[in-house]
Amino acid sequence: MTGRKRFNYKTKEGLQGYIFILPWIIGFIVFTAGPLLFSFAASFTNYNITSQMDFIGLKNYEKLFADDQLFWTSLYNTLYYVAFSVPITTVGAILLSALLNRDIPGMRFFRTIYYLPAVLSGVGVYLLWMQLLEPGTGLVNTVLAWFGIAGPNWLFDPAWAKPALIFMKLWSVGGGMLLYLASMQGISKSLYEAAEIDGANAWQQFIRITIPMITPVIFFDIVTSLIGGFQIFQEAYVMSNGEGGPVNSLLFYNLYMWKKAFEAFDMGYAMAMSWILFIIVFVLTIINLKLAPRWVHYEGGGK
Amino acid sequence: MGKIELNHITKTYEKDVTAVKDFNLEIEDGEFIVLVGPSGCGKSTMLRMIAGLEEITDGEFKMDGRLMNDIPPKNRDIAMVFQNYALYPHMSVYDNMAFALKMRKFKKEEIRRRVTEAAKVLGLEEYLKRKPRALSGGQRQRVALGRAIVRDAKLFLMDEPLSNLDAKLRFQMRAEISKLHHRLKTTTVYVTHDQTEAMTMATRIVIMKDGVIQQVGSPKEVYDFPANQFVGGFIGSPAMNFFEGLIEDGAFVTHDGIRLALPSTKAQELKSAGYTEGTRMTMGIRPENVTLQPPGFSGESLMPIESEVIVSELTGAETLLYSKLGDQDLIARIDSGLDLRTGDKVTLAYDMELAHFFDSASGERLRLGEDAGISI
Repeated sequence: MTGRKRFNYKTKEGLQGYIFILPWIIGFIVFTAGPLLFSFAASFTNYNITSQMDFIGLKNYEKLFADDQLFWTSLYNTLYYVAFSVPITTVGAILLSALLNRDIPGMRFFRTIYYLPAVLSGVGVYLLWMQLLEPGTGLVNTVLAWFGIAGPNWLFDPAWAKPALIFMKLWSVGGGMLLYLASMQGISKSLYEAAEIDGANAWQQFIRITIPMITPVIFFDIVTSLIGGFQIFQEAYVMSNGEGGPVNSLLFYNLYMWKKAFEAFDMGYAMAMSWILFIIVFVLTIINLKLAPRWVHYEGGGK
Repeated sequence: MGKIELNHITKTYEKDVTAVKDFNLEIEDGEFIVLVGPSGCGKSTMLRMIAGLEEITDGEFKMDGRLMNDIPPKNRDIAMVFQNYALYPHMSVYDNMAFALKMRKFKKEEIRRRVTEAAKVLGLEEYLKRKPRALSGGQRQRVALGRAIVRDAKLFLMDEPLSNLDAKLRFQMRAEISKLHHRLKTTTVYVTHDQTEAMTMATRIVIMKDGVIQQVGSPKEVYDFPANQFVGGFIGSPAMNFFEGLIEDGAFVTHDGIRLALPSTKAQELKSAGYTEGTRMTMGIRPENVTLQPPGFSGESLMPIESEVIVSELTGAETLLYSKLGDQDLIARIDSGLDLRTGDKVTLAYDMELAHFFDSASGERLRLGEDAGISI
């Protein structure tokens, strides 16, 4: 054994740990960190897959801000979608779970029904909704017609295309509902009993007890759905046949980026776009995290 | 005012599970009633029915003459302290105490005045801005009490409020709750499974078993005159010693033949009460009524029996002596003066004047002589 360098126990254990997570580290470097760095570097080039990459400085970024009207349209569309869909689906999910958080017979049936849309897979759902929202023969307008309401052209009307999409998203609040339901069921019953004796009615109990107690889940939901909201792509791609809808009303940021990258093959430009989106989402998430201590109540730990 | 009447209260759950059966009790204004019994005896259910958290299946609950059965909890003018405190974790101590007042639309200054006063009484002034999780168990307990006292309610309900505290703190809070009651004089119904709490705090104790009241009385009454073998065994620590046997020729004879002579008056009383020769019964005697017989001392009621020490436990001021009477277990509580070891031979004197006799079949205590007139 003399002359041979021996690892002490701690170092050995650390080394073994790294060996175990090696597959992930390789995957991360090759498939995530590598492309990330590449896209950052390439966003300063005129890379277009086929020809040579030339460094063009901040030209891509300049063009984006200065003379690409569609960039601003897609950014507006995305912000519009996020600004409405995140609050509406959050409130929708909370109200739905409050309704389903009752101890009455048959409740499991309703919970299943409302959760079902969340397990159905994307494209099928979008095609289904395209049929439901079909202006002439779709079920939605047919039902509206029963009440004498002339339904809009939905996905074919620039004013209604985005609301239609948000409406569709609301249909699948079941996923968020499940989170809220689980967290509501974790609230001690005695808190409600104490509040009842203290004189709080059902609404006051909901506002003063239920909501504060589920704020960690609300926070999680808002952060993840905000990030997810900015990434909206599939819905718009499928429901506008990859075009971006009437008068570009469904041209969301990622859809526009995709078109730039894989239709115009202007890769450098698309990569610059992706970095701007990253910065927007990053800043919003930081703001979210900074604001959290003011309204999110954590049960354990903390100060 | 806070006079409570509970008439024939019954609680039945589906599938015919009866939690409380024909509960009758009148509580005078300012009393401190302790409901005590083993777990599952219905004491908490009874309390929750008074609070309005459980529906009363049958019977009448009146406060100051007004029928309360169908009044919602918030209109019953009661305050409750929960076993796990049920403090609102996201509110400060101040807001926890102010919550009920806010819900009842009190003026801000009035809320401030009441909360500050309660905090002063409970020594919580420094902690008003803290969240419950930053408090110790004892402090949380105080906040729970504070939340109840700011209400100035007619009736306090407490559901095992001390069971989550460690022994020392429990001892301390017990005295504090008693002090608080002396100060506020609010009618209180307190639920516990701990007979010590019941004995030390109650003006009257209600002992329950299987949903049925076994006895109602002052601590002294239930200790000195237990209604039945269950109460005798439940109240007092260590528990009362019980011996199976029968009456024979002016003495109690254990089933394995040990004779304990009865004082003549006691024998006479048993006889005139109709318990004649050969009646099977259970004798109960408290550990403190079995003593080490000082040499040369004897009295008419003291019955000396030679015994062997099995275990001797020094608890401080006194020693608990584990021994046997024939083949039946015995605990005696004696002075710590003597250093007794396992295997030592001692003479234990049974004070037969203070022994109780229970009907072996029903468990009821036989009413003899002077206490025959005392109602349970």
